[in-house]
Amino acid sequence: MSLLIGALTIGFILSLLALGVYVSFKIFDFADITAEGSITLGAAVAAILLVNGWPPLAATAMGALAGMVAGAVTGVLAMRFQINRLLSGILTMTALYSINLRIMGRSNIPLMNERTAMGQAEELGRQLFGKETVSALGWEVGVRDLSALLLIPALIVIACLLLFAFFRTQLGTAMRATGDNSQMVRAQGADDRWMVILGLALSNALIALSGALLAQYQGFADVQMGIGMVVWGLASVIIGEALVGTRQLGYAIAGAVLGSVLFRLLVAIALRWGLNPNDLKLITAAFVFAALILPKLTARAARARKWRAAHA
Amino acid sequence: MLELISVSKTFNAGTVNEVRGLRGVDLRVRESSFTVVIGTNGSGKTTLLNAVAGVFPIDDGTIRLGGEDVTRWAEYRRASKIGRVFQNPFTGTSPSLSIAENFALAAQRGRARGLGPAVSRTVRARTREMVRQLNMGLEDRLDTAIGTLSGGQRQALTLLMATWQRPALLLLDEHTAALDPKSADQVIQLTDRIIARDRLAALMVTHSMQQAARYGDRLIMMHRGQILFDVDGERKKRIRAEELLERFEELRRLELLDEGAAEMLAELYV
Ligand SMILES: Nc1ncnc2c1ncn2[C@@H]1O[C@H](COP(=O)(O)OP(=O)(O)O)[C@@H](O)[C@H]1O
Ligand SMILES: [Mg+2]
Repeated sequence: MSLLIGALTIGFILSLLALGVYVSFKIFDFADITAEGSITLGAAVAAILLVNGWPPLAATAMGALAGMVAGAVTGVLAMRFQINRLLSGILTMTALYSINLRIMGRSNIPLMNERTAMGQAEELGRQLFGKETVSALGWEVGVRDLSALLLIPALIVIACLLLFAFFRTQLGTAMRATGDNSQMVRAQGADDRWMVILGLALSNALIALSGALLAQYQGFADVQMGIGMVVWGLASVIIGEALVGTRQLGYAIAGAVLGSVLFRLLVAIALRWGLNPNDLKLITAAFVFAALILPKLTARAARARKWRAAHA
Repeated sequence: MLELISVSKTFNAGTVNEVRGLRGVDLRVRESSFTVVIGTNGSGKTTLLNAVAGVFPIDDGTIRLGGEDVTRWAEYRRASKIGRVFQNPFTGTSPSLSIAENFALAAQRGRARGLGPAVSRTVRARTREMVRQLNMGLEDRLDTAIGTLSGGQRQALTLLMATWQRPALLLLDEHTAALDPKSADQVIQLTDRIIARDRLAALMVTHSMQQAARYGDRLIMMHRGQILFDVDGERKKRIRAEELLERFEELRRLELLDEGAAEMLAELYV
């Protein structure tokens, strides 16, 4: 049970990563791999501030803010200096590796003994339930687990609503149009390059926020924790699309969250069945690869069938 | 209103693919003048409109718009003064956004975009009112993604969007060329109505000699990056499509002669 709750909670935390990936990859059609560095950046900044006694909320917000700056840097490289998009992300990501080490001062910061957002949630939960374990649906659940599972999804729902509202403002609508048709955006008098910079800043703020929360949940920040995260996020977005479709903004946002949670559950189950954790990234990459080529293969098969039918 | 002073643009300068798109073009367009632009393929019509819109920086010359020197302005900045409809019906709208959202973008053309709702109640009401005049039944489908509409519908909507905030100049680049005859007719008539109603200054490129003869109060013909002839007033009114076709034919003969002469010279001297 605790394993299941853990998977759910991490799924919700990483849904912020999925949302960030959705913003860059889907809304802006920008394959931004800054994410691998900015998720760690969020964790690193939050961790070092927590160690230095900052209040958890402020430390978490600063983590997100740092991610925003990292995203903007990639945006400026790609848009103002016209550097290849993928390369812009790689440059920022590579620089972030050193920066993250500098921020943390070492490769790993334990947070077990710090006052974190999770710790605060746990205290709150303890006051609320008045005991160490709670029985939910016939299961005995630790207050720590339950508090996290209540707090995180609440946070995610708020983040989703804010994101949804933002993308329906004048600015947000211009940003969505930019990925769709940048020529049209220019013709309507909006600076499409600035829109992309803003979009990447937003995307990486979400991703860094995810990192900051993840560090506090798992109890440490590690300089390696970003590796493979872009593909994680993509996998979640793809699952979300399959679940709820992409036609509307609201569906796509909800889909990214659902995709992330479902993906984490699948991973937990697979690990439980004895999957070697080291193979996880390979399998995830294979999954994304399959999801990317499958539509093309089925379209080709359909064309071939049509052709055969027409020439029979 | 619009003033081009010896504007030049060369593409791929210094390579084998060098093309002189515009060769010292001088052009003045007065307030509320509807100018039609014709010319053979590759004569520089699109390049002329793109130079005005700021799609690329020009090599030489000056562009003034509404009393301001806009030569060095970025494309998005010039859009505060310019409304545009493109040849490709897909270029003017954002396909995954709804009709209302596309119009919301047009409502803010040339203005700061903030955190106010894009599709406000007034934007929606005004969009519905404008779209209703098209008689395409789209006023009840304001939340439909524009990408699902036909080229003719999208082009008509783009035209409404381009003229919602009255532009100092309207640029139309063969905006009916990709449409079926019936839609093309609808869109060109809508164009004429809007230009007359708002007394807009417009530059309209067209491939159709009928359109060129019938619409506008001035006609310019481009050839090899230059303005070959330029008529307005009574002369423009009297011009007929046949006469324009003859002009093209004449041009083609001259071209052939040119090529023939060049070949002869080449044979003689190389
Ligand atoms: N972006 C570009 N790069 C290179 N050549 C171009 C570009 N745009 C236009 N040209 C060339 O400039 C010439 C004029 O093109 P254009 O203005 O599109 O002609 P048209 O009168 O048919 O609209 C053509 O030879 C075309 O190939
Ligand atoms: Mg053209």
